This record gives sequence, C-alpha cells and structure tokens, in this order.
Amino acid sequence: MIEALFFYLFAGVTLASGVMVVISRNPVYSVLFLILAFFNAAGLFILVGAEFLAMLLVVVYVGAVAVLFLFVVMMLDINFAEMRAGFQKYLPLGLIVGGILVFELVLAMYGDAFGGKTTPITSEIANTTRLGGVLYTKYAFLFQVAGLILLVAMIGAISLTLRKRVGVRRQVIADQNARRPADVLDVIKVPSGKAPSPVDLGKAEE
Amino acid sequence: MMDFLTHAWTRELGWILLQILVVIGPLLIAVAYLTLAERRVIGFMQLRRGPNVVGPFGMFQPFADALKLMAKETILPAGANKVVFLFAPMLTFILSLVAWAVIPFDEGLVIADINVGILYLFAVSSLGVYGVIMAGWASNSKYAFLGALRSAAQMVSYEVSMGLVIITVLLCAGSLNLSEIVEAQRGMWFALPLLPMFVVFFISTLAETNRAPFDLPEGESELVAGYFVEYSSMSFALFFLGEYANMILMSSMTVILFLGGWLPPFDIWPLNIIPGPLWFILKIILVLFVFLWVRATTPRYRYDQLMRLGWKIFLPFSLIYVVLTAGYLLASGNLPAVALG
Repeated sequence: MIEALFFYLFAGVTLASGVMVVISRNPVYSVLFLILAFFNAAGLFILVGAEFLAMLLVVVYVGAVAVLFLFVVMMLDINFAEMRAGFQKYLPLGLIVGGILVFELVLAMYGDAFGGKTTPITSEIANTTRLGGVLYTKYAFLFQVAGLILLVAMIGAISLTLRKRVGVRRQVIADQNARRPADVLDVIKVPSGKAPSPVDLGKAEE
Repeated sequence: MMDFLTHAWTRELGWILLQILVVIGPLLIAVAYLTLAERRVIGFMQLRRGPNVVGPFGMFQPFADALKLMAKETILPAGANKVVFLFAPMLTFILSLVAWAVIPFDEGLVIADINVGILYLFAVSSLGVYGVIMAGWASNSKYAFLGALRSAAQMVSYEVSMGLVIITVLLCAGSLNLSEIVEAQRGMWFALPLLPMFVVFFISTLAETNRAPFDLPEGESELVAGYFVEYSSMSFALFFLGEYANMILMSSMTVILFLGGWLPPFDIWPLNIIPGPLWFILKIILVLFVFLWVRATTPRYRYDQLMRLGWKIFLPFSLIYVVLTAGYLLASGNLPAVALG
C-alpha cells in the first residue's frame, strides 16, 4: 500500500515538474524543475529496486549535468518576451516529438520489443554487481565503443573552442621551477672604492 | 487511537524518527562546538586567545552567537527572487543532514544500511552546490553571483577526482556498502596502502566544502563574503550550520574510506576495549583538527591555480592510480571476489 502511495507521489511530481519545465516563464525555474523531475525519477528507480541506477541518475544528471546547465542558463542574457514569442511556432514540432516518444513507449510496453522479458529478475545479488558483470563481460566491446564516441565528442568540443591567443603571458610552473640562478644572474667583481664600469654592467645585462 | 499507535508500521516510523533525532541532536551540538573549536584553535595557532569570556573556556560562546543571530532581522533584498532566496539556505542545511542516514557509527549501528551507501554519500555531497548557486543567483547581487559561479565550477571540478579516489577504495574493498568498506580495513587501514589517494581525497574535501585554502567562493578580499553576502539572521545561520555540518560529514567520509571507521588502529588489549563509536568520533575530531590547521597555515589559492590543481594534477594522478591499483590487485590475486551470479 505504501509503495503504491510513493509510486503515485513520485510519478505525479515527475509529470508535474516536467510540465513546469516547459511552461515556466523563467528558464532558471525550468532547470530547477528539471532537477526536481530527475529526483523523482530516481525515486521511481528505487521503488523498482534499481538503487544503483537511481544513485547514478542523481550523481551524473543532477550533480554534474544540471549544474552546468544551470550555470549556462544563469549566465545567458535572455530576453524572456522574445523566448515566449516562439512558443506557438515550436508547439507542433514539440507535439510531434512527444507523440513519437509516447508511441515508442507504448510499443515497448505492449509489443514484443524486449522479447517478453519485462518481468524483473529477483535475485539476492545486488544490482550493482549484476550490471557491472553484464557490462564488462558480455557487452565489453559495446561499452568501449560508447566510451570512444564520448572521447571523440570531448576532443571535438575542445578543438572547436580552443584558440591560440597572442599576447597572453601564461604562468608555466615547470619553467619557473627549472630556472637556475646561473641563467638569470651574473656576479661581477666590483673593486672596492670604485664604481663598476658601464662596460661591465652592460655585459652583465646581456 | 490505541489501535493506530500499536500498529507495527506506526511503531517502525516512530523508531526511525527516534534514530534520526539521536543522530541529528548530537550533530548540531557538534556543529556548534566546531565553530568554537575553530576560533580557539586558530587563535592559539596565531598566538591569540580566541573567544574565552562567555562561560568557562568560552564554552557558551556558540549559544550566545545563536541567540544574537536569532534576534537579528531577516532582510529580503528588494531585487531578490524571494522563493529561491529563502529556499537556498534550507536546501544547504537539509543536504548536510540527510547524508548522515548512511554513516555507520559501529558494526550495525546505522540508520539505513543500504547497498550503495558510498554512492548515496557522493550524490548528496555533489548536490551541495545547488544551495550555493541558487543563493548566488537569487540574491541579484554581483558579489553573490560571482561567488556562486566560482563555487559551482570548483565543486564540479573536484568531484571528478573525488569520484576516482572513491573507485580505488571500492576496488580494494569490493563493496559499495559503507559498513563493508570499514570491515575490509580490519587488517590495515586504506590510508596506508593508498596514502597518495588519501592525500588527494583530503585536499578534494577541502575544495568541496569551500574551506581554506580553496575558499575563493567567499573570498573576503574581493567578494565581501561571496554567495551569502545578502543573507542575514537565521538564513545566514543555516548556511553557516550547513557548511560546518558538511565539514563534519566530509571528515566522517574520510574516516570511513581511509581511517578504518570504528575500528581501533591495532586489535590489541588497551585499544580494543574502547567502544567503536568513540574511535569513530576521535578520528573525526582528528581530521577536523587538520581542517582547522590547514586554514590557519595556508594562504588562499589563485583561481587558475585551483583549476590547474584539480584538472591537470589530481585528475590524471588519480586516474593513473585507479589503473595501477586495479592492475596490482589483479596481478597479486587480491581483487575482492564478487559473485556475479
């Protein structure tokens, strides 16, 4: 009974905050509602016994991705009125994408997409262990490929934004540590009672 | 009515609430005395006395401070976003408390002994950044916003190396459950074989809690007080309590991962009669002392140095160490056996 109660709580809040993401006026509120939706999705994961996935959802999406998202949205100088103007134009597109997703979900639920294996596996072994076992043995190749794709994306993003700027004096700590007195200092002999001759000083500066 | 009270479910709920109170009550007192300890310890390190007037050794100073803060006016800046402005300190404080649900104080002495305890701790500690960034944005002030941006970038950066350090510990322990991680250290604390990771982890916790030398988010000299510059009275106090509760939480995380949790250093007579929770608390106090010690002795990092340390030194170093640890454990046959079923 309590589990059903929590299911409807989490599912209801997920749906409500999903709607709020779309309709709130302020984009910062949208991101905050998105975070709330992630949280409740994590709650749903815990209800079905997938505690590892739930924690990963919070660590990766809420702890890292959404932070950067919020970061960008807060920094942007957004004209709210202009953003609202496009709403009517993009509504049909959004509805089509949403419709396709719903259709696919229905197919997955009632069709034979998962080969009929939709019943949860009841086992004493924690699902962290199970996931790790499957991921790193049976699907090791696909896992590596996924990692490689992410690496390529990362390198691409860096090379797109990296530019060499001239006239910037960077601190190179290795160079600083490698500096020896002999490289930058010259000890010259100064006879007592006589100022060093300009010739000697000039030599030292070289 | 009696029927309701004797219902098994109600009794269980009451029992859980009692456990929560037993953990949170002493925790809040510990937070109060940590603020005092910080001022006293730094005072002695700087050849001053610190607050020593209110009560014996200044013992009532935290309560005097709390009374003062409660008597102050809560100021809501005119340009602030009221809802988010008030929610941010609450979030910071709540997050610093919920993590204690999975901390084991002794064998079996834990509120929620969950399978993914360490991931839960990691998740909750990575959420701390939201309180900061929401406070900075909602204040509608340049200082607060700059402080929040610095803090968000800093916490996200150091989380990465913290995660990798946790992976090395998990490789040695073979479990994500905090009690099992502590039990795995019965022969030897992980601080010894994983000493470099211990150091990296401790420094990362300093950055994660925005403590000196990484306290740029609240750098007084350039940002006045950083993200909480617009806060006053109890809303400020909640940030303050949250920060110190987070320090204690991070210390207990360090103790659990590296210093053997509730285990005595050696399983010999005079040491093993001291109860486990006492060992746990003593170790937390030791780590907290180092927190204060670092604050009293190191100057603040420059921002580019902070980022360089996180991304260019800690990240590659801990990544290499993960590979080395895994390789060594595999080659020597010490990799913890995990039944894949």
